[in-house]
Amino acid sequence: MAEITVQEIIKPENLVYKKTPLMTDKALSYCPGCGHGTAHRLIMEVIEEMGKENDTIGVAPVGCSVLAYEFMNVDMQEAAHGRAPAVATAIKRLWPDKVVFTYQGDGDLAAIGTGETIHACNRGEQIVIVFINNGIYGMTGGQMAPTTLVGMKTSTTPFGRDVSLMGNPLKITELIAQLPGTYYVTRQAVHTPSAARKAKRAIKKAFENQVNKIPGLSFVEIVSNCNSGWKMTPVDSNNWMEENMFPFYQLGDIKVDGKLIEK
Amino acid sequence: MGELRLMKGNEALAEAAIRAGVDGYFGYPITPQSEVIEYLTSEKPHERTGMVVLQAESEVASINMLYGGGATGKKVMTSSSSPGISLMQEGLSYIAGAEIPCVVVNVVRGGPGLGDIQPSQSDYFQAVKGGGHGDYRLIVLAPSSVQEMSDFVPLAFDLAFKYRNPAMIMSDGLIGQMMEKVELFDPMPRMTDKEIEEKFPWATNGKPVGKERRIITSLDLDPARLEVHNHHLQKKYREIEENEVRYEMFDCDDAEYIIVAYGSSARVCQKSIQLAREEGIKVGLIRPITLWPFPKKQINELVEKGVKGFLSVEMSAGQMVEDIQLAVNGRTRVEYFGRYGGMIPSPEEVVEAFKNKFQED
Repeated sequence: MAEITVQEIIKPENLVYKKTPLMTDKALSYCPGCGHGTAHRLIMEVIEEMGKENDTIGVAPVGCSVLAYEFMNVDMQEAAHGRAPAVATAIKRLWPDKVVFTYQGDGDLAAIGTGETIHACNRGEQIVIVFINNGIYGMTGGQMAPTTLVGMKTSTTPFGRDVSLMGNPLKITELIAQLPGTYYVTRQAVHTPSAARKAKRAIKKAFENQVNKIPGLSFVEIVSNCNSGWKMTPVDSNNWMEENMFPFYQLGDIKVDGKLIEK
Repeated sequence: MGELRLMKGNEALAEAAIRAGVDGYFGYPITPQSEVIEYLTSEKPHERTGMVVLQAESEVASINMLYGGGATGKKVMTSSSSPGISLMQEGLSYIAGAEIPCVVVNVVRGGPGLGDIQPSQSDYFQAVKGGGHGDYRLIVLAPSSVQEMSDFVPLAFDLAFKYRNPAMIMSDGLIGQMMEKVELFDPMPRMTDKEIEEKFPWATNGKPVGKERRIITSLDLDPARLEVHNHHLQKKYREIEENEVRYEMFDCDDAEYIIVAYGSSARVCQKSIQLAREEGIKVGLIRPITLWPFPKKQINELVEKGVKGFLSVEMSAGQMVEDIQLAVNGRTRVEYFGRYGGMIPSPEEVVEAFKNKFQED
């Protein structure tokens, strides 16, 4: 049997997927196996599907996704570490008809930017926050994050996170869900096709809330892997995430239509 | 003639913000400037002009709100006092790096640390040398009257947008709190969204149809490119130094000695030179209006005219002395007199200090 070439596969009739033009052609700077690329793509696909590419302003954080603006093909601002919710607050207040979102990691959103996060949520800013939680500081070389699990080894918790010394992992998503200013709070993942499809639906719902001017902030946490920081292969890191991260950071909606979900 | 009112400096500044067509004010209360946000919230500027006023959770949030709002081409400002301005230094560095126009007002109080709430000028270094990290400059305007608290708001925005650079109005607790007659300028309309989109192609307010998206950032991981960006910034700063020096001179034509003072201390020194002249001492006063760029050339010209000495009079511990020394370049004497910690020099003690410094002449 003759081998099928790539060119033969990519025929118009066989094309079931194409890259959204809202992702630039620049090669992603993320490590192979990292969830950031998928998360970027899902957000950009949602903005494309909603026809909002000319009305969207995104705010990138400091962390691995500091260069998100290189990949997301919409108007972008790069915020100081932790300050994206303040930056986005002003953009939205001054341009209430535009779509504004922040994209932040755990160190950015739940450590240095805790104040900005809580207050933007509490004021009910009509923005979308996408929160990537991989339990580690990826860009600086794998140090402890506020969301690092108990016992988890990082370069600053070489013997595992000890609660008596380093405190507990912070469930900031549950925390902000308590605030009346948040309207939709959910926790998702992007490590499998089915998880990515669910995450995309959640992201779409979050952006729709904003476009429909429903009062309140929409918050999508994505529990993701950091195979480099965790020092695992991509496959191992996804398995480790399912076994260790998901039991603590449980996936699913936390608050829908302004109401907490009973568990 | 514009509308005349008796107002506090802080109130005049707030009213000027509404009249200057400012789109957004983001601030956090701190004495002695809380009247700014109090005036703005009570005036309902959202009804008068559509201006957004938001009390932020911190000065750190305020300055980053300026980053976000200013980066969309809107006119945004904040005000604070010394400890709050210290918290903003990180944001100011990012704003300068990303070249975002905005106006920051510092109603300076005594320091260091929590200090007190009395007037001071001890944030001079922070304002003119760059209080945050990296090679950058703020355009710094120093009002010395309630009138200038009003007039400098549109001026600061003009300069900020002309150079895509943060501008600071560096006032103090005296100018902020005292009441004087002020002639308010006629209201200017806010820029429409369409005007902003046409005038500021760099602004990130939604990618224009069929055009490239815009990015506002202060990050460039390639050192060669970041050096090019720094060259560009430095070139801009030289242009500002060339074109934007503002100052005022009093009795300098025949002066043998010159007092250099700005803001509140310049008001005090106007009286001091009058007192000195009554005693037959030929003293003039140069008041830098822009603290950066500093009126170096004008001081140099006075040196060339044969001025025998300069006295820096400040409500700080000699922070302006070195800028005068740089302009004088060793050719004549530069002395200092100041009060600090919230104390204000009296006209008489300035004259006394002047005589003590230069008595042997």
